[in-house]
Amino acid sequence: MAPETDVKNSETSVPAANNGGTFHEGFKDGLAIGLGYLSVSFSFGILAVSSGLSWWQAVLVSLTNITSAGQVAGVGIMSASGGLVEMIISQIVINLRYSLMAISLSQKTDSSMNTVKRALLAYGLTDEIFGVAVSKDHETGSKYFFGLTVLPVIGWVLGTLLGAVLGGIFPEFLTNALAVGIYGMFISIVIPKAKHSRMIAICALIACVLSCLFYYAPWLKAHVSSGFAIIISAVIAALAGVFCFPHDEEAVSGKEVS
Amino acid sequence: MDLKIFIPLAIVMALTTYLVRALPFTLFRKKITNARVKAFFDLIPYTVLSAMTFPAILYATGSLPTACAGLAVALVLSFMEKSLLTVAVGACAATLAATGVMMMLQR
Repeated sequence: MAPETDVKNSETSVPAANNGGTFHEGFKDGLAIGLGYLSVSFSFGILAVSSGLSWWQAVLVSLTNITSAGQVAGVGIMSASGGLVEMIISQIVINLRYSLMAISLSQKTDSSMNTVKRALLAYGLTDEIFGVAVSKDHETGSKYFFGLTVLPVIGWVLGTLLGAVLGGIFPEFLTNALAVGIYGMFISIVIPKAKHSRMIAICALIACVLSCLFYYAPWLKAHVSSGFAIIISAVIAALAGVFCFPHDEEAVSGKEVS
Repeated sequence: MDLKIFIPLAIVMALTTYLVRALPFTLFRKKITNARVKAFFDLIPYTVLSAMTFPAILYATGSLPTACAGLAVALVLSFMEKSLLTVAVGACAATLAATGVMMMLQR
């Protein structure tokens, strides 16, 4: 969602006849995302190692998931030796947005997207890749989508490796400071949207308050694990938004703000 | 981390994440029309990220004042709608600067 700003201008170089977009075009569009991921996954690498994972475990988690929020929650569950059910539910809820993005992107893909290609490309569907793909004027074909996925995946995995390995060499105060980066990324996704939509702002605030409640109330802290605390807070906050703003659904999409 | 704990959780995690993306992308090709369901899906990313950030960010550095410096800068930069990269780097730099100040004060 965040870094599509400097990516959009490459559309001009595409001839109109090439309706699905080329691999090269996608590859170029993926550069900004890949660089952003490199720095954020560096934070994740440090976080994962400080949660008790080894460097290759951190890299394996990044390679097999390609998602920031889900991985931070997942590593938290791993370090707490959480249950498999907790892991499944937390990943479903946290990554639920990808389901909606996948459905939404489905409407914009051309006929070159057969089921096998869809199954392959689903692996790299992230907020940012979705954001760039839906911002194109033309339908997105499988070649374009493959190109778009390459650099972000490399950036995400490489950054994790660097963070996990160098995190142990860097002095502690430096790794501590870098660990803030991933939360900085979360904030950079929420705040701009909250600025333009009261509904998102209020729901985000409710989620923060509930999450703090789970952390600071002794009884809740003792009985609800951190993974479930995130899921419960997020679902209640979103439901509150849906039912307290019944006539305001359009406000979420932010379409009323240019 | 002990492989007996890591391997099953890592497999389940990767499978769940993949299926959440792949099942709708391959099977579901219609638009969601129910406004409330759509609004719920639209809100979930933001409520999840908010719940994950608070209060965890306050304890990410092991020192409340330095974490608050990072948080404050991240909030200001995102309010100015800076890119993901700028916000992440800015938050780290602010935390680092605050750590330096703290070290000097403690001498």
